[in-house]
Amino acid sequence: MAKWGMVIDLNKCTGCGSCVNSCRMENNVPNVGDKAAQAGRAMDWMQIITEYEGEYPNIRITHIPRPCFQCDNPPCTKVCPVYATFLNEDGLVGQVYNRCIGCRFCMVACPYSAKTFNYSKPDFPEAYEKTLNPDVTRRMNGVVEKCSFCHHRLAIAKDVARFEERDLREEDYQPACAESCPTNAITFGDLDNSDHSVTHLKHSNRAFRLEEELGTEPKVYYLRKEDR
Amino acid sequence: MNDLRKDPDYPLYRPILESDRRFYWAVGFLSVIILWALVMYIRQLIYGLEVTGLNNTVSWGFYIINFVFFIGISHAGTLISAILRLSQAEWRRPITRMAEVITAIVLIIGGLHPILDLGRPDRVLNVFLYGRLQSPLLWDVTAIGLYFTASTVYLYVPMIPDIALLRDRTNTKLKWLYTFLSWGYQGTERQKHILNRAITILMVAVIPIAVSVHTVISYIFSMTLQSGWHSTIFGPYFVTGAIFSGTATLLVVMIAFRKLFHLENYLKEIHFQYMGMLLLVFSLFWTYFTFSEFLTGVYGNEPQEMDVILYKFTGPYAPYFWTMVVCNFLIPVVVLSFKKLKTIPGILFASFAVIIGMWLERLTIIIPSLANPRLPIISAPYIPSMTEWALFAGGIAVFCLLFLIFAKIFPIISIWEIKEGREEGLDEAKERLDSYLPDIIVSEEEAT
Repeated sequence: MAKWGMVIDLNKCTGCGSCVNSCRMENNVPNVGDKAAQAGRAMDWMQIITEYEGEYPNIRITHIPRPCFQCDNPPCTKVCPVYATFLNEDGLVGQVYNRCIGCRFCMVACPYSAKTFNYSKPDFPEAYEKTLNPDVTRRMNGVVEKCSFCHHRLAIAKDVARFEERDLREEDYQPACAESCPTNAITFGDLDNSDHSVTHLKHSNRAFRLEEELGTEPKVYYLRKEDR
Repeated sequence: MNDLRKDPDYPLYRPILESDRRFYWAVGFLSVIILWALVMYIRQLIYGLEVTGLNNTVSWGFYIINFVFFIGISHAGTLISAILRLSQAEWRRPITRMAEVITAIVLIIGGLHPILDLGRPDRVLNVFLYGRLQSPLLWDVTAIGLYFTASTVYLYVPMIPDIALLRDRTNTKLKWLYTFLSWGYQGTERQKHILNRAITILMVAVIPIAVSVHTVISYIFSMTLQSGWHSTIFGPYFVTGAIFSGTATLLVVMIAFRKLFHLENYLKEIHFQYMGMLLLVFSLFWTYFTFSEFLTGVYGNEPQEMDVILYKFTGPYAPYFWTMVVCNFLIPVVVLSFKKLKTIPGILFASFAVIIGMWLERLTIIIPSLANPRLPIISAPYIPSMTEWALFAGGIAVFCLLFLIFAKIFPIISIWEIKEGREEGLDEAKERLDSYLPDIIVSEEEAT
């Protein structure tokens, strides 16, 4: 069983936001508009958290791209009253949009604020409509959604591998954010497979996970930023 | 009819028999508020939760605050009435009915609040179809469902003799209703015996159910890893707060009906003194719990925990937090400790303070924890929208309206229990007192 995970090198991340945007395109994440975004209702699945240290001009900025951590022990799934969010057979935390009752308990329970809620009916401008990804469902008003590690790509990659009668390779399944990162800060693969580069990276002495002490077992590792 | 007027308990029948213009004015006024809330809710159904002030970090707001608040108030009733009955406190007689009605009504209002909060209320039945037992929300549905069933039965069963009295002695348009609801109760010895047994069983059963309900509501918060919520003290803390706010509400209702229906002869000064004592005790309990909760947090000085605590102590929620302390601790303790201040207006003032304070407690528990996520996410402050205020006002209006309608149809003070108190209670109390006191033992020598 593959254990899909991600290693994000904070040394390499420039905070350009291409992961955020490629994710939006890939997953049909609705653009909520300025007013709603200012009210705290922006819906990015991948979000860049910026940490500032020191005082200007001696300031140090760290950009932390934050997808869903697909925890092995997710605090969000056990509070869902209707099994609309669950740990699926690929070890990813799934969302069932058609079953979600919109109680937002999972959002409250997630210590990483990884979930967003559709406060209004998703509205795609006409030009945008043509670029929507047919592999990903458009969500309805009143349900919770979050990063899926581009789960639809895994489904396709599995089909292709089965058709070609071979095992899944690292390059077969890459989420949009990892693919689009211009500095290769995001590495994606099977954390248990020594052929995949994430396995080596996660053992780096710079590797850490956010809020690890909560026991949620996130599958996203970060490599600490170092001054050079 | 005429013999009814001569009955010493006629004041208890009067609100049912005589129409009062003020009643219709009140119903009209409350209906307008409810209609406004209804329009706002329909608007929310059309547009979704867009019309609220919620956002992605503070994703629970007024609806959940009011849910906890209303369910808290519902504790007054059944629990207090059951404890008073169980301890055979004779002064309970004019109070129990009102207390039980509060529970039944507020539980309907509070229980519906999570549905107001849902993004997809059309899918609410999924909770029954695909329910996940691990979720505290499902525990809530179960506990509130059970409590509602138990407390309505507990309201109804002791009301049967009164309904039978209304059936036999009055001649209103609602006679068919009384005939139906009294289930052929004639007051025979056997019926009385069964009734008393049923009440005894119910009051014993209802106490653990009541305690469990508010414990489970606190679990919604304490089962998550949010700082400020993940606390083992939350179960008893919420139960104490619930009984505290419930007692205050019961006092307000008692004072209101005393004035409205001229029941000074039934609800005497002494009832308020006793209930005030209960309020004082729970105020101190509440303060003790609050103190323990915050001392542990401050002493531990964990950064995440401190963010939330300082948000309440000195941050944006400081005004609400300190008002809460004044309302829940300072005012009730000062008013209820001094005999001079412990008058009926004084108790009314303290009760209102407690109700406001307990609402603020729910507010300061829920919002600051959500507004301080673990990761430094950019978030916006939560400002409740008009829709949320409207539904809050609507909830209170529904409470007042249902209470008035209940008081128009059924006696608000148990007539048969007052009568029983006059006829049997006195002897029983004397007998009981005799049994408490040490027997006078006459030694044999003296006897001879």
